[in-house]
Amino acid sequence: MASTENMTLNLKIWRQKNATTEGKLVDYRVENVSPDMSFLEMIDVLNDQLVRKGEDPIAFDHDCREGICGMCSMAIDGKAHGGFKNTTTCQVHMRHYKNGDNIVVEPFRASAFPVIKDLTVDRSAMDKVMAAGGYVTANTGNAPDGNAMLIPKPIADEAMDAAACIGCGACVASCPNGSGMLFMSSKISQLALLPQGQPESPRRALNMVYTHDSLGFGNCSTHAECEATCPKGISIEHIARANREYMKAAFTYHEKKRSEGGA
Amino acid sequence: MTLNLDSKIPSGPLTEKWAKHKFEMKRVNPANKRKFTVIVVGTGLAGGSAAATLAELGYNVLSFCIQDSPRRAHSIAAQGGINAAKNYPNDGDSVKNLFYDTIKGGDYRAREANVYRLAEVSNNIIDQMVAQGVPFAREYGGYLDNRSFGGAQVSRTFYARGQTGQQLLLGAYSGMMKMVAKGKIKQYNRREMMDLVTINGKARGIIVRNLLTGELERYAADAVLLCTGGYGNVFYLSTNAQVSNGSAAWRCYKRGAAFANPCFTQIHPTCIPVHGDYQSKLTLMSESLRNDGRVWVPKKEGDTRKPADIPDEDRDYYLERVYPSFGNLAPRDVSSRQAKFRCDEGKGVGSTKMAVYLDFRDAIKRDGRDTIAGKYGNLFEMYERITGDDPYKTPMMIYPAVHYTMGGLWVDYNLQSTIPGLHVLGEANFSDHGANRLGASALMQGLADGYFVIPYTLSNYLASTPLEKVTTEDNAFKDAEQAVLLQTSKILGINGKRTVSDFHKELGHIMWENVGMSRNEAGLKNAIDGIRKLREEFWHDVNVPGETGNFNLELHKATRVADYLELGELMALDALERRESCGGHFREEFQTPDNEAKRDDDNFTHAAVWEYTGQNSSPIRHQEELKFENVQLATRSYK
Repeated sequence: MASTENMTLNLKIWRQKNATTEGKLVDYRVENVSPDMSFLEMIDVLNDQLVRKGEDPIAFDHDCREGICGMCSMAIDGKAHGGFKNTTTCQVHMRHYKNGDNIVVEPFRASAFPVIKDLTVDRSAMDKVMAAGGYVTANTGNAPDGNAMLIPKPIADEAMDAAACIGCGACVASCPNGSGMLFMSSKISQLALLPQGQPESPRRALNMVYTHDSLGFGNCSTHAECEATCPKGISIEHIARANREYMKAAFTYHEKKRSEGGA
Repeated sequence: MTLNLDSKIPSGPLTEKWAKHKFEMKRVNPANKRKFTVIVVGTGLAGGSAAATLAELGYNVLSFCIQDSPRRAHSIAAQGGINAAKNYPNDGDSVKNLFYDTIKGGDYRAREANVYRLAEVSNNIIDQMVAQGVPFAREYGGYLDNRSFGGAQVSRTFYARGQTGQQLLLGAYSGMMKMVAKGKIKQYNRREMMDLVTINGKARGIIVRNLLTGELERYAADAVLLCTGGYGNVFYLSTNAQVSNGSAAWRCYKRGAAFANPCFTQIHPTCIPVHGDYQSKLTLMSESLRNDGRVWVPKKEGDTRKPADIPDEDRDYYLERVYPSFGNLAPRDVSSRQAKFRCDEGKGVGSTKMAVYLDFRDAIKRDGRDTIAGKYGNLFEMYERITGDDPYKTPMMIYPAVHYTMGGLWVDYNLQSTIPGLHVLGEANFSDHGANRLGASALMQGLADGYFVIPYTLSNYLASTPLEKVTTEDNAFKDAEQAVLLQTSKILGINGKRTVSDFHKELGHIMWENVGMSRNEAGLKNAIDGIRKLREEFWHDVNVPGETGNFNLELHKATRVADYLELGELMALDALERRESCGGHFREEFQTPDNEAKRDDDNFTHAAVWEYTGQNSSPIRHQEELKFENVQLATRSYK
């Protein structure tokens, strides 16, 4: 189905003035779309037409346009990032479409991601999940030599697979429950695999899961839509590992309230 | 006004300067740190690491980022790696070696003392990032793995697949989020810095636009750290992210911070070539690919055979031919220029003839497809997604693109600008890379500044400077805010015919043609005239629909382009005045018989430091002389 010639496309794009007004799908027609354009460049062309007519351009999040910053979002034809394997919206190219195609473009839909305007949503809940424990407490200073701690290559590689998460939220948008488990578990799993993450591992799992659940993300019922959608190909194995971490911690970990002072 | 360009380099031998300075600097007692507030603008490697570290020390940090989360700053896009002088591979590396390579790579236009400190703290960075859980590549024995980068004959680059910048940034970001949870960092997202507020000559706050509501907001502090990256997007097309911009630095310049070496721009040799006029950005293919990829063009002009059908004897592996000792790992400025020369000779490939091949055929034959996939798999996939070609089967096509700006706000050894209290970190300053940055050194510098330099030098500033109490109700805040409001309403009131992007594209074209890889006097003068005319037209004919009180993306772009239209002129002026070639600054009038950059050390061993004098008067060019006491100025050769 790959196109090699320029095409005309019919778009239905979600327009919503702000968080409190109702939105709707609006029809647009874009002509002369080159197959070498990226999807966002196609929207740029449409926005350029709108601005020239004095209309408000379509608001959408984007930044690096090379698939790593996680800023771009959008559901294309009902699929987060368009449903192409290991691809963010900014890396979708128009050669995947053909002349006369109808394309529906909507914001990521999830209760934890309220719409800000048009295709832009508020994903700040993801930062809050990270703040609840997605780190190793290693204050800047004299850390031991990088080679003082040996990490087997397969473990380092698996941690890297998890760490590749770009925090785009496609997993949330594609999940029937609006769950952020793939996002959250990728961090829990990365740090559970590495020796540096061990001291805080139980605490991290408990706090992150609690925060995740309290922010309006749903829970995981293993549909695995997230794995299919994830532009970085992150596996739901990491959800399994995060669940194990959580269970282990829930049964074994508690912090006593301490009140002793020091001299 | 006389500009104070005292670099404050500590006395004593090079190897002891930083240790001596650390000892001599004043410190703030732990209980007093909580009385100080520090603004950090930008959350890339420099800003993120500074915010986290200062908060850990006990300072109150107000952190601002332009994206919807600090994790998205453009440091995230750095692919290849980060340098450090660990000498783990036992190939003869040392702090001195890294220092020397960086000075030479910068074509002897950087400060010795700053660069030495950078090399000294490079090892701490790796240790710190490992401690934070960054999954660097490892050998089977569990030890950290290294690879090589351009301009070095040792393997000193640490990496995390092709996503090193991402992993380091997420390390810094996680450190930040830890301190956000503790209440020591207040994080403000989707904010763009619109102006710097100075009171009694000291930086005391900023005006930001809340990009969602359009409202202006005022924030006061005891010091301001500017960590807003470079200004490569003045060229319209670059490898930078869409919102990366030069405005914050430019507004500081107009408030009195001197701007150094604005013309020093890095054009990266390995990017995916331009394919159409709708194009919004250029994508980098990591320099690490040159460890295994061979760069070539057909020997014959107009050879239209498929690359696989061109036998070796008809290929010109020009980097290997011209630079036998560095080969495909010649530094970026040199490699970019060579690609341009080949295309100018008519030997370029692809539909536009503005590309060269980067070929993995021999590496795949030697090491097998799996090994190559293990090293570069994600880059190969990215290339295929963008171009539709499979680099396992056919060579990549690449061409140089604007990537990084070595120039930036002038800072002293303490990273302080000419405005007391305004410190500038990372790519936003000018200090460490001279006229050309080596690969894998940007990540190193951002983190060195944020983790290991600013915590000391900022404490020294706070401990030794009398700081009167200020509030956001002070007149300086009101005046600065008023000036931004005026500019905004002026832009919205023009109602002209041309879009912001029209102007930006035209400016980018002027810059690329005249202030790009190769520059000459006539072209630079043309550029200055052209930019002035374009600026005039912008202020009469730009069309920005909508109003200020909402999420107005066209307005955001317009204020940035308005600044680029001034900054571009200063870049051209700086390039015009620097009558020599050095690093990425190649003046056609000054070259050796074999087309290499020809420096003029007698007249230009200095940083050009520009002082703003007002909207209608010319800036003044000052000089900070560079003294080389530990390396000998030599012709830079990679042959």
